[in-house]
Amino acid sequence: MIDLTTLTIATARKKLDNKEFSAFALAQTYLREIKKKNGELNAYLEVYDDVLEQAEVADDRIAKGESHSLLGIPIAIKDNILIKGRHATSASKILENYIASYDATVIEKLKKEGAVFLGRTNIDEFALGGSTENSAFGVTKNPYDTSRVSGGTSGGSAVAVSANMALAALGSDTGGSIRQPSAFCGVVGFKPTYGSVSRSGLMAATSSFDVIGPITKTVEDAEIIFGVIHGNDVLDSTTLPFSPRTVLKKSPKGSSFFRIGVPWSLVNQDGIDSEVKENFKKSVKNLEGLGYKIKDISLPNCLPLYYIINFAEVSTNLARYDGVKYGLHVDGKNLLEDYLLTRGVGFGREARRRILLGTYVLSAGYYDAYYGKAQTTRASLKKEFTKVFSLVDLILTPTTPHPAWKIGEKNDPLSVYLEDVFTVTANIVGIPALSLPSGEASGKLPLGIQFMTSHGREDLLFKIGKEFEAISKDGP
Amino acid sequence: MDIKDVEDLARLARIELGEDEKKDILSDMKGILEYVRTIESMEVKDAQPEYSAYNVWREDKNELREFSKELVTKQFPDEKDEFLKVKKIL
Repeated sequence: MIDLTTLTIATARKKLDNKEFSAFALAQTYLREIKKKNGELNAYLEVYDDVLEQAEVADDRIAKGESHSLLGIPIAIKDNILIKGRHATSASKILENYIASYDATVIEKLKKEGAVFLGRTNIDEFALGGSTENSAFGVTKNPYDTSRVSGGTSGGSAVAVSANMALAALGSDTGGSIRQPSAFCGVVGFKPTYGSVSRSGLMAATSSFDVIGPITKTVEDAEIIFGVIHGNDVLDSTTLPFSPRTVLKKSPKGSSFFRIGVPWSLVNQDGIDSEVKENFKKSVKNLEGLGYKIKDISLPNCLPLYYIINFAEVSTNLARYDGVKYGLHVDGKNLLEDYLLTRGVGFGREARRRILLGTYVLSAGYYDAYYGKAQTTRASLKKEFTKVFSLVDLILTPTTPHPAWKIGEKNDPLSVYLEDVFTVTANIVGIPALSLPSGEASGKLPLGIQFMTSHGREDLLFKIGKEFEAISKDGP
Repeated sequence: MDIKDVEDLARLARIELGEDEKKDILSDMKGILEYVRTIESMEVKDAQPEYSAYNVWREDKNELREFSKELVTKQFPDEKDEFLKVKKIL
């Protein structure tokens, strides 16, 4: 019997190569867990029927002496990333029967490595939300407390990893969609530098914020997946021409080399859960114990800026779903009626709401006050961050202002938007960010902290992430 | 903002809305727009609006690429002789 609870990509790699177990046996073990748990948790929208065949192919390659970091590793894929010939719905009725006609670049890379795709995981429709409650195919439940949300939008991916229904998963992050569900489910969520991972084959939500990244059990595993999926791509003109640093070039003497900025005024404000504050302060203390210097910095609340750009780009990106070429088609009397009916029925409430909000902020008369102002502020914020990163190497915040909330508790869309207060900033500026489990609130609900750093410096995140992980495991 | 504005936006966005939903969306939008409007107070230090779109050129080479024609054509809502069939515009 394979013990999934302690298994990581790194340890599974060794065991697969040493023939302690086969990729087939590993895949079988995961399929059994999925069968036991998915009915209740709803992490997967579809479990592929050829998982064992994929594993056999991986075993053949291992037998031939091939070894890649992800060969035979069972991975879950968020349902907004295309795998050729398979369903991809973004948890939307409008794409319920859509079959992808090409592989996303990240999928192509994973296939080359020989990763085994277990299935596609639930999300908030078109990655709009923060709880997976906006899925057209039911909510994903938190494995720590099934009356609570998993977080979102990559909720299914986070739950799959947390509940041992996958060894790792891919998610996408537009304003916290990898990090927030990872924090809610007690796993590691990594949002890479914007443009370091190709978006080709990722359904667009907010093109200037979106990035694909891993959800894993350890920082080392996140680093392994990132090592495979990153890189420039001719199919995505926004990919960076250079590779981000993944390994620290110069090993600094002692960890006091790094200065960590904490935006205390943002963390201490009303509306942040007291247990979150307490847990965060403990984490800061532990880091100080390791020799890191903590510095108070000021960061603005970036939510209004984030949401204006999000609405604008979402309304533009979702214009392509019109029932003409693929997906749902509701027939009307004429072409205009086809559009109105298809989009009225096909999109869920949150998608409809954001499309209208985007149409509003982009309309003549309001453009300057909303979208224009947001773009100017974004440019100014990017400059600000260059300054901040000349004073500190890393920025630390809680990942979320609260632990996972009760399913159905938040009826007001604005109250869900406010939950993204710590995560959106990294997307606006394009910097990498890593969410790590940092303990529990009462009721055994996981909490997370988030490190951010400057563009292309994922090496710093991996280094401090591993150190923080080590003291969390052994106690300070 | 009133119901008429919601109807105009829905028409521009090509989305049919039910009467009840129009009211709900109106009240949601008022709250959300009031909140994001606070962007007015965000300080902007000598910056120009940034539009990060730029052209990336690639070599004009004839490369063999697979377009999965069958997967694409099979999903047309309506087709004739392997062509996408749409309603007449005029």
